[in-house]
Amino acid sequence: MPAIGARGVGALGKGLLGIYLSALVLLPVAALLSKAGSGGTSAFWREISNPEALAAIKLTLAASAIVVLINAIFGTLIAWVLVRDEFPGKRFVNTLIDLPFALPTIVAGVVLLALYGKGSPVGVDVAFTRASVGLALLFVTLPFVVRSVQPVLLELDQAMEEAAASLGAGPATVLRRIVLPSLAPAIISGVALSFARAIGEYGSLVLITGELPFKTEVGSVYIFGQISNENLPAAAAVSVLLLLVALVVLGALSFVSHRRSRHVR
Amino acid sequence: MAIEVREVSKRFGDFVALGDVSLRVGDGALTALLGPSGSGKSTLLRIIAGLESPDSGEVVIDEQNVTDAPARMRGVGFVFQHYAPFKHMTVHDNVGFGLSVRKRPKAEIRERVKELLGLVRLEGLAERYPSQLSGGQLQRMALARALAVQPQVLLLDEPFGALDAQVRAELREWLRRLHEEIHVTTIFVTHDQEEAMEVAEQIVVMNKGRIEQAGTPRELYESPGNEFVMSFIGPVNRLGDAFVRPHDIEILPSVEGVGTEALVERVVHLGFEVRVELKLHDGRDIWAQVTRENAQQLELREGQILSVRLPAPRVFAA
Amino acid sequence: MSANAARRLGVRMLALGYLALLLGAPVGMIFYRTFEHGLAPVWSAVTAPNAEHAFWLSLEIVAIAVPLNTIFGIGMALLLERGRFWGKGLLGLVIDLPFAISPVVVGLALVLVYGKTGWLGDWLTTNGIQIIFSVPGMVIATAVVSLPFVARETMPVLRELGIDAEQAAETLGASAWQTFWRVTLPAIRWGVVYGVVLSTARALGEFGAVSIVSGRIEGQTQTLPLYVQDRFENFDSTGAYAAAVLLALLALGTLLAMNLLTRRTRGRTAS
Repeated sequence: MPAIGARGVGALGKGLLGIYLSALVLLPVAALLSKAGSGGTSAFWREISNPEALAAIKLTLAASAIVVLINAIFGTLIAWVLVRDEFPGKRFVNTLIDLPFALPTIVAGVVLLALYGKGSPVGVDVAFTRASVGLALLFVTLPFVVRSVQPVLLELDQAMEEAAASLGAGPATVLRRIVLPSLAPAIISGVALSFARAIGEYGSLVLITGELPFKTEVGSVYIFGQISNENLPAAAAVSVLLLLVALVVLGALSFVSHRRSRHVR
Repeated sequence: MAIEVREVSKRFGDFVALGDVSLRVGDGALTALLGPSGSGKSTLLRIIAGLESPDSGEVVIDEQNVTDAPARMRGVGFVFQHYAPFKHMTVHDNVGFGLSVRKRPKAEIRERVKELLGLVRLEGLAERYPSQLSGGQLQRMALARALAVQPQVLLLDEPFGALDAQVRAELREWLRRLHEEIHVTTIFVTHDQEEAMEVAEQIVVMNKGRIEQAGTPRELYESPGNEFVMSFIGPVNRLGDAFVRPHDIEILPSVEGVGTEALVERVVHLGFEVRVELKLHDGRDIWAQVTRENAQQLELREGQILSVRLPAPRVFAA
Repeated sequence: MSANAARRLGVRMLALGYLALLLGAPVGMIFYRTFEHGLAPVWSAVTAPNAEHAFWLSLEIVAIAVPLNTIFGIGMALLLERGRFWGKGLLGLVIDLPFAISPVVVGLALVLVYGKTGWLGDWLTTNGIQIIFSVPGMVIATAVVSLPFVARETMPVLRELGIDAEQAAETLGASAWQTFWRVTLPAIRWGVVYGVVLSTARALGEFGAVSIVSGRIEGQTQTLPLYVQDRFENFDSTGAYAAAVLLALLALGTLLAMNLLTRRTRGRTAS
């Protein structure tokens, strides 16, 4: 079998793919884990419980949690409007949803700063406050829930809602008992992806938050700082912590969606 | 080219798809592999094609052991149930694909494609794309494509399964006529016994990975070797261990001492034939098949009590 | 207006209002701020030597990272969709890993392997190869963060294609490579293109990982996103905005491409 072909991939191909994957992902992750654990678990805990690190981690997790909750609500709302509603410019709005995916994170920060920072034309200045963290995270995680819910909503058979209505259910009831339960898996999926993205976000926070330790410094910024100070073990420790949180969240999502799809059968 | 399959077995995990199957198909024959889902017929066909390899056993085509040869070396033409068209190529390029892969000159390919499109009655559609063709047309294109490289053997996997009843009937007839013209050794897989009976010269009945019986349509119908073959080929009434064909049941106009008494439960008119559902006086249900004339003569109607005469039933040794 | 219609309107306004405040207004604002003093200052900002260098460096990095990821992505998709082996799930997870890792962490991990004191540091120094604080490192960092896209977009298309056409080609005498090149690849091309578009957008916009790995040396290892930050920190808002707008325009171009391609690849589910 040649390196690559329709029947799959031959030995040479597998080897090359393996080398690429190792050089880019496996080796770096291994080095990261190794560095984080290089001083043993006691050193690991020490780095993480350092007051500045703790503050950064707490801020990251709390802000991300609040942000994904807001996303769950507004994301679903937006998906609903894009699927069920009709208005001029809907196609344009639909395309725009992906902007946070396409826009470089640093530009996102600049963009938010222009309107909601110093010299804001509407007098709203959240620069250097905790609110700015939330704002930036809301921006970059906007598409996740929307794009997760949209296809499900599209496939949703409106006959179910009509049946419920004919049986006497009011719109709120239909929403609560028919629509939302069907959308729940997609919303949860979007939330998990948002959360994983939010806890690692960096570029959009750099300018607008001012990176103030204990105040607006998030985990990724703390890590960057430690790298600049050549304190690699500290950086690695917090990195691994954030990575583990992300993996746990995504793993739980994968597990839950597996269980669900077996049910549906 | 004669095909021989010797003691071929194949499992998928725990599932035994084929258990020690042996078969001979004569040169130029038109054979059907007939059986229900899971009988192993498609697996057998794909093993002959080289798209699957057997766990044990051999495949011999034209006296050459091809068991280890990949599909492209076997000279087999394969037609899939869902046509497997190359959607991004025109009909012309689809049909000519095998030739272009063999690096034949463009002029030669054009000639041959034209010839084949004429054979399958798709002239004029050479520049269309598969998405613009109907199911029947796609299947004819698939056939032309397979025939383009002059295979020694033509294999068809439920070729008409995805088509409408009307189109299916047309293509069956057409396949038979094509075979008469081209005489390539042909094997097709089907679960439709009517299709097998109508098209094939030889039918191989399969069930649960084994061959139950092989023979001409007539042999299988009149001398079934076991109850599976009898039930699968042609309609059948089962009375305990005995099997009776519905059209062998004679319905008599009067109730005098001849035959068994029976109550007419339902009369179904299916065009030329009439199906009569009966309850024998010992409580058993059977159904008989009579012609329109018979039905009219007997003035069949629900609730009628009349006499039936059963033929000598067929019983198979366990 | 009926209660139903009023409710509808209300919901619509709420959704659109949220989007306007979060997306629309800020983006509009940046375009306004950039061009409020006319085109000239923007033009000179964009043609400043460091800006130009940053622009070309960004393109150069993308021009290397994206094709590599494309080949890798198609290979991976083939392996996962057509191959038969244990551990497919695990492999899928490894490919998706860059999505779960903060870009800053990616930068750190790369430094730990390819930096002077990293795992391969000695070997690299001995052979005179500089990866960290130099363009090769930035290419690797960019490749890592944009790794999964082509694979992820190609896999479902491959899966849906099914193996029938490929088997048909095989029975017609095509070799594995011929089948791949003439039957498989053309059939999956739109999935691949869509993945390439996403990958390119991600690669162009990469900031955190490249920031760490590059050393941020002006005029040498600054990509366009890094340049934006640099201008901002030097209180050159015109320069920062100009570069930001350039990147935003590229992003909008990406959105356009995504929109046009969505019809081709996911025609059935496009809204």
